[in-house]
Order: sequence, then structure tokens, then C-alpha cells
Amino acid sequence: MSHKKPKKVFIQGAIPPEKIAKSIANHQSKTNIGAHSIFLGQIRADEVDGNIVQAIEYSAYEEMAEQVFHEIRETAFSKFDITCAHIYHSMGRVNAGEICLFVFTSSEHRKIAIEACNFFVEEIKAKVPIFGKELFEDESHQWKVNK
Amino acid sequence: MRLKLKYFGKLAETAGLHEEDKDLESVQTLAELKTLIFEEYQFDESETIQVAVNQQLDENKTLKEGDEIAFLPPFAGG
Repeated sequence: MSHKKPKKVFIQGAIPPEKIAKSIANHQSKTNIGAHSIFLGQIRADEVDGNIVQAIEYSAYEEMAEQVFHEIRETAFSKFDITCAHIYHSMGRVNAGEICLFVFTSSEHRKIAIEACNFFVEEIKAKVPIFGKELFEDESHQWKVNK
Repeated sequence: MRLKLKYFGKLAETAGLHEEDKDLESVQTLAELKTLIFEEYQFDESETIQVAVNQQLDENKTLKEGDEIAFLPPFAGG
């Protein structure tokens, strides 16, 4: 079972749009799939007290994060009848407007693909020990907290 | 008891370090360790800080020699 293998989730810097396009192309040979659902997290240039976020610098407790990602995958595959699932999250600096999270789920039908994709995103935000330092234009920073 | 302590994000910044090995004779439980570390580095108790023992979030775990304890500020993935 391919989803049992631990997969590498973290990539250094922003997730390039080309990677997303390539992921879609890679699935064209899997003709039992009828629906893909994709979530892309993008860095927002929030304004805090007149200061604008330029980038987020991500760090993580990587050993634990990889394990939690694996557990989330296992739960997702037992809950939803998905054909495959791919997750990528940035480490290090990602500028405003760039992509930092890419979740890609596939199934025979749309409903399951969409529900599974949403499940992954919510679980990742709640359970994976990833930390984000919001860097402002004046070189100050604050620590991001997921709402 | 020798423990490996790790600090992440804002807590690493507050503590001024990412990890350390500590020999702690007086500490038996995670609660005792938390009290000691929160006091030493003046972590803000009003903030959500989770503590993982060997990569598991289980506050009731008893500590043993060589455990890896991680102090985790609020998660911010995605």
C-alpha cells in the first residue's frame, strides 16, 4: 500500500507553481480517478499596527511533524475512500503572495476528494508542530498563531 | 536524570537557545519539569504551550533517563 510509506512533506522555501502543475500531470495516467481537490495556502501581507508582513519564516519540530503527518495520512485513508493524497509544506522563508502549503487529494468522485482535502488542511493546522515567524518591512517580527 | 530539552519558535527566542541537555536530580514528573523550566526562562503561562515527551503529546507521561522533552508554542502551519 503506497500510502503506508512515510513521505517527505517539507520543502525548502516557497512551493513553486510548476510543482503543482507537475503533480496534476503525474496523475493523468491514473484513469480510475474522477476528481482531484487541491488546497493552496498562500502568505498574506497582513497589516499589523501599520506594519506589513513581508514573509513568513517557517520552522518545525521536524521529527514529530513527520510522524504527525503520517498519522494524519493513515486516518485520512481509513476515513475516506481516496485514491491518493500528497502534502507539501514549506520550511524557511516564504514571501507574501507565495505558496506555503499544497494539499492534493484524489478520488473516484468529487465529494470524497473535497472532504478529504478539507480534513487534511484542518488536521495540519491543528496538530502539526510548525511555527511561523511573520517578518515585517521594518525588520521587526511577530509569531503567527493559527486561528 | 539526564534529559534532552528542545525549544521551538517563540520559546526558543525567549529561552535564547534551541536545545540543551540537563541533569535534573529533583525532577520526577513532567509537571515538575514544566514548573522548573517556565520559571527559569520566564515562559508566559497565559500562552498555550504544549509539551511533547519523545514526540508524543501526553502530559501524564512519567519521565525517564534520556527522554526528549519539547516545549512547543502555538502551531502555525498552513
